[in-house]
Amino acid sequence: MTQRALELAEVTKIFDRRAAVDGVSFQLAAGERVALLGHNGAGKTTLFKMILGFLKPDHGSVSVLGAAPGSNAARRAIAYLPEAVAFHNALTGEEVLRFYARLKGEDPAKSAALLEDVGLGAAARRRVGAYSKGMRQRLGLAQALISPASLVLLDEPTSGLDPISRQNFYDLVEKVAARGATVLLSSHALTEVEARTDRILILSAGKLVADNTLARLRADAQLPIRLRVQGNDGAAGEIAARLGGTQVNGRSVELFCDPADKVARLAAIAELGPLVADIDVTLPSLDDVYRHFSGDEGAEG
Amino acid sequence: MLIRILTIAGQEMRIGLRNRWILLAAVILALFSLSLALLGSAPAGTLGVDRMTVTVASLSSLSVYLVPLIALLLAFDAVAGEIDRGTLQLIFSCPISRGEFLFGKALGHFAVIVLALGGGYGVTAVLLLATGGGSQAALIDFARLVATSALLGLAFLALGYVLSAAARHTSTAAALSIGIWLLMVVLYDLALLGVLVSETSGFFAARILPFAIIANPADAFRLFNLNALGASDLVGGMAGIAEALPYPPAVALLSIGIFIVLALALAVVLVRRITP
Ligand SMILES: Nc1ncnc2c1ncn2[C@@H]1O[C@H](COP(=O)(O)OP(=O)(O)OP(=O)(O)O)[C@@H](O)[C@H]1O
Ligand SMILES: [Mg+2]
Repeated sequence: MTQRALELAEVTKIFDRRAAVDGVSFQLAAGERVALLGHNGAGKTTLFKMILGFLKPDHGSVSVLGAAPGSNAARRAIAYLPEAVAFHNALTGEEVLRFYARLKGEDPAKSAALLEDVGLGAAARRRVGAYSKGMRQRLGLAQALISPASLVLLDEPTSGLDPISRQNFYDLVEKVAARGATVLLSSHALTEVEARTDRILILSAGKLVADNTLARLRADAQLPIRLRVQGNDGAAGEIAARLGGTQVNGRSVELFCDPADKVARLAAIAELGPLVADIDVTLPSLDDVYRHFSGDEGAEG
Repeated sequence: MLIRILTIAGQEMRIGLRNRWILLAAVILALFSLSLALLGSAPAGTLGVDRMTVTVASLSSLSVYLVPLIALLLAFDAVAGEIDRGTLQLIFSCPISRGEFLFGKALGHFAVIVLALGGGYGVTAVLLLATGGGSQAALIDFARLVATSALLGLAFLALGYVLSAAARHTSTAAALSIGIWLLMVVLYDLALLGVLVSETSGFFAARILPFAIIANPADAFRLFNLNALGASDLVGGMAGIAEALPYPPAVALLSIGIFIVLALALAVVLVRRITP
């Protein structure tokens, strides 16, 4: 049996008699890239802090490569990027990175190449105080990647990054995963992690409500497909009557159908012949899938 | 272990030496000590004391105010600042113990203080030597001043870490540090003086005062230095009043040492309890 990179069993954390994390169990295998999604206050950061050993779970257990969270063995195996980190303004990017390299027992000379990798090569000798938000985030990322950790925890790593940097960031994640590291990263948007992760965990109000690949989640959600039929002049009323949809404006009718009925439904529309001017088929978006699992918890309660 | 402590210490030295307030304090030390040394010759003649001894006595009064200030300026941010910036999470996710973290901080800050003292007072010592203004004994006085100032700095560093770890927010820690500086460096002395003046039985002066003085590192520092200089009557303050001490003056140093150990231990306990 290969050892699990991370194993959570029935983990619960209670703050002020409210469960911030509620009976969460999952396992990560070596080399997996997993996204942890959840609304604000869902418990993502709390979960990370328990994996790091900063917080003790009230129930359940966490094990990092078989070691207890916070133990030296576990800390040596983990690299972490907290969600809001601001390095000391008086230090340069290079000084910050060399500092963390030494703390992790790595060769500080590795920092120059890593700074290049995250696109901070030119700014390495500048004070962090003069960095933009995205540059600080990339420095944080470099810090997390300086050691060959087997479990990389990234709490909202792409917040504040522009689309290109975001792309570069996921390229880096891929590189890290390719050398065998497990990556667990949190995010608010399913769209963002779509093609970049192997598995999706969705946390809602502290409970794990989904744990699967994106394709399976999409199928499980069984969200209806939206068909929008545009009628020729004055035909909208008749179309609505014959198909059973709702008229949304003077010309269009909207109807929903199960993925399985799609073909039959389209055939029925085609039968209307000259009444129909155009058809739009909209598959459920990733945001719809996410909302389906996450529920409407939206904001913190 | 040593590498991690030195890593933290090195980073703190870098940050400390780039801190303009620390630089300002070192410049003030240098300016004061230079001007005292240059202008201080006239009264010395009338009292018949070595010119350097007068200088050192005045400088130890300066140290009492400035060194705790420098130490608290360095220390208040040590834990609270790292919590606020989120970097404490990063550091504690590395394989470093909380004790190592704090000792690293203390070592780095202590080095900054020693550098500030060396720079601030060293100039004067060199100048006095070059102009033949000081005997060898006076040089020893000077060295004693620098060494005990460093010890005083360490005591207030440790106190600063306790405040920083207890407050957990930079602004609270800063406010507490200013408060503790006022309390221990300015008000403590005044309060002892007030009680002493108002009492008639002499019980306080004989039984409590000597111990009240060494309980506070700032007063213990003053007591030890002035006593060692034989200059208690030269400079005022509570130290001059405690004449018949029930203990040798070296006990004052020991008391500062005990203060440092206790405060550092308390700081480690507090840092261990922090959720970053
Ligand atoms: N130290 C704490 N004391 C009390 N309650 C806390 C503490 N930390 C977190 N909580 C609560 O636990 C819940 C989960 O918080 P957490 O920070 O884990 O959310 P999150 O998923 O990371 O949110 P975000 O996306 O906004 O970062 C929230 O309701 C929060 O108020
Ligand atoms: Mg969070």
